[in-house]
Amino acid sequence: MSIQLKQVSKQFGEVVAVNKVDFAIQEGELIALLGPSGGGKTTVLRMIAGLEMPTGGDIFIRGQRVNDLSVQQRNIGFVFQNYALFKNMTVFKNIAFGLKVKKWKKADIELRVGELTELLDLKGLEKRYPHQLSGGQRQRVAIARALAPKPSVLLLDEPFGAVDAKIRQELREWLVRLHDDLNVTTLFVTHDQEEAMEVANRIVIIAKGRLEQIGTPREVYEQPANEFVARFIGVMNILAIEVRNGVGRAGEMEFPLAGVPDGLARVGFRPYAVQVSPLLDQYRYRAVLRRTYFLGVMLRLELELPSGLIVRGRMTKEEYSALGLRDDQQVSIQIRQFRLLAHDQSPLTPEVATTYETPPTIGENI
Amino acid sequence: MAAQTVKRSALRKSHRGSEESKVTRVVLTVVALLFAGLFLLLPLVNVFYQAFSGGVRWYFESIRDPDTLSAIKLTLTIAAISVPLNLVFGLAASWAIAKFEFRGKSLLLTLIDLPFAVSPVVAGLIFVVLFGRSGYFGEWLDSHDIKIIFAVPGMVLATTFVTFPFVARELIPVMQATGSEQEQAALTLGASGWKTFWHVTLPSVKWGLIYGVILCNARAMGEFGAVSVVSGHITGMTDTLPLRVEKLHNGGSMGAASSAFAVASLLALLALITLGIKTILEWKTARAHEQAQRATVDDTQLPFTSSDAPK
Amino acid sequence: MSKQKFNPLPGFRLTVGFSVLYLSLLVLIPLGALALRASSLTWAEFWKYTTTPRAIAAYKLTFGASFVAASINALFGTLLAWVLVRYWFPCKRLVDALVDIPFALPTAVAGLTLSSLFAPNGWLGKFLVPLGIHGAYSKFGVVIALTFVSLPFVVRTLQPVIEGLELEIEEAAATLGASRFRTFTRIVFPTLFPTIVTGFAMAFARAIGEYGSVIFISTNKIGDGEIAPSVIFSYLENYQYGAAMAVAVVLLVASFLLLAVINLLERWASHYQT
Repeated sequence: MSIQLKQVSKQFGEVVAVNKVDFAIQEGELIALLGPSGGGKTTVLRMIAGLEMPTGGDIFIRGQRVNDLSVQQRNIGFVFQNYALFKNMTVFKNIAFGLKVKKWKKADIELRVGELTELLDLKGLEKRYPHQLSGGQRQRVAIARALAPKPSVLLLDEPFGAVDAKIRQELREWLVRLHDDLNVTTLFVTHDQEEAMEVANRIVIIAKGRLEQIGTPREVYEQPANEFVARFIGVMNILAIEVRNGVGRAGEMEFPLAGVPDGLARVGFRPYAVQVSPLLDQYRYRAVLRRTYFLGVMLRLELELPSGLIVRGRMTKEEYSALGLRDDQQVSIQIRQFRLLAHDQSPLTPEVATTYETPPTIGENI
Repeated sequence: MAAQTVKRSALRKSHRGSEESKVTRVVLTVVALLFAGLFLLLPLVNVFYQAFSGGVRWYFESIRDPDTLSAIKLTLTIAAISVPLNLVFGLAASWAIAKFEFRGKSLLLTLIDLPFAVSPVVAGLIFVVLFGRSGYFGEWLDSHDIKIIFAVPGMVLATTFVTFPFVARELIPVMQATGSEQEQAALTLGASGWKTFWHVTLPSVKWGLIYGVILCNARAMGEFGAVSVVSGHITGMTDTLPLRVEKLHNGGSMGAASSAFAVASLLALLALITLGIKTILEWKTARAHEQAQRATVDDTQLPFTSSDAPK
Repeated sequence: MSKQKFNPLPGFRLTVGFSVLYLSLLVLIPLGALALRASSLTWAEFWKYTTTPRAIAAYKLTFGASFVAASINALFGTLLAWVLVRYWFPCKRLVDALVDIPFALPTAVAGLTLSSLFAPNGWLGKFLVPLGIHGAYSKFGVVIALTFVSLPFVVRTLQPVIEGLELEIEEAAATLGASRFRTFTRIVFPTLFPTIVTGFAMAFARAIGEYGSVIFISTNKIGDGEIAPSVIFSYLENYQYGAAMAVAVVLLVASFLLLAVINLLERWASHYQT
C-alpha cells in the first residue's frame, strides 16, 4: 500500500472542503484525482503532501502515519500547477536544490541531475533560467526537480493546465511513458475527464469534498456509482421519469423498472446505447434525425421524438453510411441499455439501481 | 455555493510550506511594530501632546495669534494656486501618456519625476537665480517694481515646482489601467472630445484623481525648504504655516515652544486627514475590485429535472 | 514628439503641447538657468567652492547620515513590509496607514517633534540622554530625521512585490525538504533583493535632499552638523550665489545619478518578477 487515506476531512472555518474521504493506492499506480474545480481534489493532494493539515482522519504513506510529519519530512515530490520554479536559479540548480538540502555529495548531485536532464529531455538547458524556457520545458524542469530526491510518491497539481492544447496531448503521452519507466506511484489532479481517462490506471472522482467513486477508467464509465459520476464522465442522456407500477415513463419512452417504488426519478443512457435504424418498424420508437455532428471517426446524432424529447446517439462513420442516414430523416430507435440514476423516494445503491433491457455489452466504451 | 467554497478556502488556506514558526512570527511582528511605533506613532502623538502642554487656552491663543492667522491664510492661498495648476497639468500629461503612443514618451515620463530628485533648497535656489536681484530677470523686474523673490509669487512658484509630479504620478497608472476602449465607445456614439472626457474619463479615474490632489495639497501646504529660500521670512507677510513653526520654535521661550507645536498640530491634522482620505479611497477601490471578482460564479448543483448532459 | 500612429481619440496635440510647455516653463527652464549660471563659474572657482572644508564636512554628513538612514530602512523597512503582508495582528490596517505618515507630515513638523522626543526632557531623551545617547542636536539626530523622512520608500516599494510572491515557490522548496530558514535565505531573499536595493536607493535619494526636518534636530554648526542643503541655504542668505550654486550643482548631479541608478535597478528588479 503506497498511500492510504482514512476518513480524511478538511475544514476551512465553517466550510468543509474535504469530507471523510477514504481510498487506498497501490505502489506504482498512476492515479487521477478528478472532479470539478473547487471540489476539494487539490486539497486532498496538498494534504497528502503535507501542505495542508487534515482536520480529521489519518493519512498513511507506505504504511507510516504521516499526519504529524512536516512537509519537509514526507519525502514526496510535488509539481505545482504553475511549476513554481525558483526564478533566481538555473535549471541545474533548480533540479539540484532538493539534493543539496539532503546533503548529497557534489559528484552524486551532478550524476543525478545528469540522469534527470537526460530522462526529461533537458540536456543543454542546464544553465538557463526559468524565464528563458518554454512552457513545456518549465514543466519538465518542475518534474525533474520533484523526482530528483527519489520521492516515494509523485504528486502533480493540474499538470497540464498551464500549457496549450497541442502540447498538452504530447505531455499526457509523455507522462504515461515516464511513469512506465520509473514506476513511481503518481497522483495527479485534473478537472478534465478525458485527460483522466487517457492517462490514469485508476480514477478517484471527488466532488463537493466527497469521494464519488474510485475505479479504472472503464469502471467509472460503464458503471458510474451515481448520477454525478455518470454526468461527469463522458456524455450521457438523462431523462426525468415518473415511475408507476414498475415502469418509468418520459414522454413516449418507457423504462422497465421492476421493484422500483412509485415516484419521480431520473434514468441515464450513453449515446452508444441508442440503436438507430432507417427502417421505421425495426425499433420501438419513432424519431427524426435532427442533426449530425462530425467528431472525427465518430458521429453524434441528435434525435427528436414526437413528444419533443431529444436523445443523443453516436455511431461510426461506417455505420452511418451503411445505414444511409441523413438529416431530417424519419428513423426508429431503441435504448439498448440504461440505468436508474436517482429517485426521490429512496437513494438507491448502484447495484440495485442497475437494470438492463438487454444484457450489458462490453467493449464499446467510446 | 461552490464558488464561495473556493474563495473562502483560498482565504484561509494554511501555508504549512510557506510560513515561519509561531515564535519567529511573534518576534518579527513585535520588532516591526516597535520600529513603527517608535518612528511613526510616537512622533505623531508627541505633536498633539506638546501642543496642549500649555493648556487648551494657550493652544487656541497660539492659533488665534494674528501672525499665525496670516500664515494660515498665506498657506491656503499658495495651495489654492499651485494645486489647481498641477491638477490641470496632471490631467493633460496623463491623457497624453496613457492614451497615445508617441516618440519621447518615456523621456516625458522621466522628466515629470525630475522635481522629486531635486532638493527643496535647490528648488528654491533656481527661482532665486531666475528672479532674484542678481538673477536673469532681476534688473528688469526691479525696474518694473515687480517682486517675485521674497514675496508671494516666488513662494507659489517654488511650491508648484516641488509638488509638480504628484497628480500626474497618481493619474498616469490609473488611466493606463482603464485603457481607452470606453472613450472609443463614447466617440462611436457621437460624443465630442470634451463630453467624452467629462462623462467617461473623469468618472473612471476619479479616485486616483482625488488621491493625487489631496497628496499634492498636503505637500503644498507643508513645503518648507523651497519656500524658506524664497520667502524672506517677513512675519505676518511671507510666513507660511511651516515657516511660522520654525520661527516660533526659534523664539526660544517656553510659551513659544508650545505655540510652535500648536501650529504644527494644525499641519499634523492635515496629514492625518490626508491619510484618512487615502485609506478610505483604498478601501473603496479594494471593495469594488472584490465585488467584480465575486460576480463570477460557477454552480455545480444538479437540479432534479433535467434532460441535458454536460459536455 | 511628432510621428504618431492613428488614434481616434482627440486632444493629443493640446495635451502634449500643454504638458511640454508647462514642464518647460516650470521645471526645465529654471533648472537650465541654474546650469547656465553655474557654468559661468570658472573651473577654479567651482573647485574652490565645492571643496571648502565646510562643504566637504557637509557632504560627509549628508551622504553618511543618508546612507545610514537608508540602511536602517532597508533592514527594518523590509521587516515591516514582510510583517504587514504576511502576518495578521490587531490594528494591522492602522499600522499600514501609519507608514505613509512621513509622506504626509510636513518635514518641519517631523523635525520639531523628533527633536523634542530626543531632547533631554523628551519621552525618549529622558531614558537615552542619561545613557549618553544624544538624539537631539547631534549627528545622530540627523540620522534619526533622515530615517523618518525616508521610511516609507523601502516598505512601499517592497509590499507589492512580497504580495506578488508565489507561495507555491516556497511550498516547492518545502516539499524538497528545505527548512523555512533555508527557503528564506536561498529563495525568498534573492528574489526580493533587487527590490530592497531599489527601495534603499530611493530612500537614499530622498534623504540627501532633505532639509526641513534636519535643521530642527541638528546643531547646524559649520563643519559639524551642517548638511549640504543647509550650506546652500546659508550661502544664499549671505548673497554668496556662486558658492551656493556650486554646492547645489554637486547635490543635483548626485540626485540625477541616483535617479538613473534607480531606473536601472527597477529594470533589474522587474527581471525577476516574470
